[in-house]
Amino acid sequence: MKVKPKIGVVSCSGECCSLGTVSRVATRMVLEDLAFGETVTICLPLFLAGDSGERMFAEKFPTVSVDGCHKLCAKKAIEKYSGETAASVDVEELLDSWGEKPPASRRKLNINDQAQSYRVAREIAREIEAVKEALDG
Amino acid sequence: MPENPILIIPCSGIGKPFGTISRDATFRVVDELRKGKAETNCLSLLVMGDEEATRQIRESTCIAVDGCPLACARKNIEIAGGEIAAYFRVMDLLRENRGLKPRQVTFLDEDGLKLSEMLAEKIALKVDDLGGGQP
Repeated sequence: MKVKPKIGVVSCSGECCSLGTVSRVATRMVLEDLAFGETVTICLPLFLAGDSGERMFAEKFPTVSVDGCHKLCAKKAIEKYSGETAASVDVEELLDSWGEKPPASRRKLNINDQAQSYRVAREIAREIEAVKEALDG
Repeated sequence: MPENPILIIPCSGIGKPFGTISRDATFRVVDELRKGKAETNCLSLLVMGDEEATRQIRESTCIAVDGCPLACARKNIEIAGGEIAAYFRVMDLLRENRGLKPRQVTFLDEDGLKLSEMLAEKIALKVDDLGGGQP
């Protein structure tokens, strides 16, 4: 029986603005709900702070990067230290395309902010499905 | 006394509640308790080697806040050439408060919020000790 690899989902840390919070919360929604059991994650700073094992992550798992802003730290750091990303999600770009503003608070997401995060999570899940289909060939 | 605000860098932990607690406490300090006297920035920028973030780290009085023993915040600040004036670990706070058992990662539960509040108060006092400046 062929074992399907799990998909890596790596979020930026995004402490500087609420877009980072949306990025992390949406990533957690994918891990806990939308693609539960099919996905794994890693804390981005471990690429520098961990032992060299963490740098095998993107080689071991086809990885989707999730970035809060246009600086694309997650995508760039993964590609710098670990390997090519299989897909990427830019939350700032998504919200712009939907005509939505980021949450007012980076600490507390209200009910509308949480719904926005879930919408982003669905976009991440869509990318994961596309990666899985590509793997299935 | 530092002219710049104290720079608080929490870990980016996403797998367990400890990282969420470190960030929540940091946001309480920079956005509420010591607004204007302390600020934060993305740890990811340091990982990426961002020039502006690296300069800020080197020119600031830094507080590192780590969720787990892997100490990503502390190590990444040091790698960037920053000096750590104070260091907090969520695990230490958990040992001091064994009755509190945070379980939720995405949105902190009651115990997680209590720990975050306690940690934020400790960090805020340290910002005062370090003479947090105005932006």
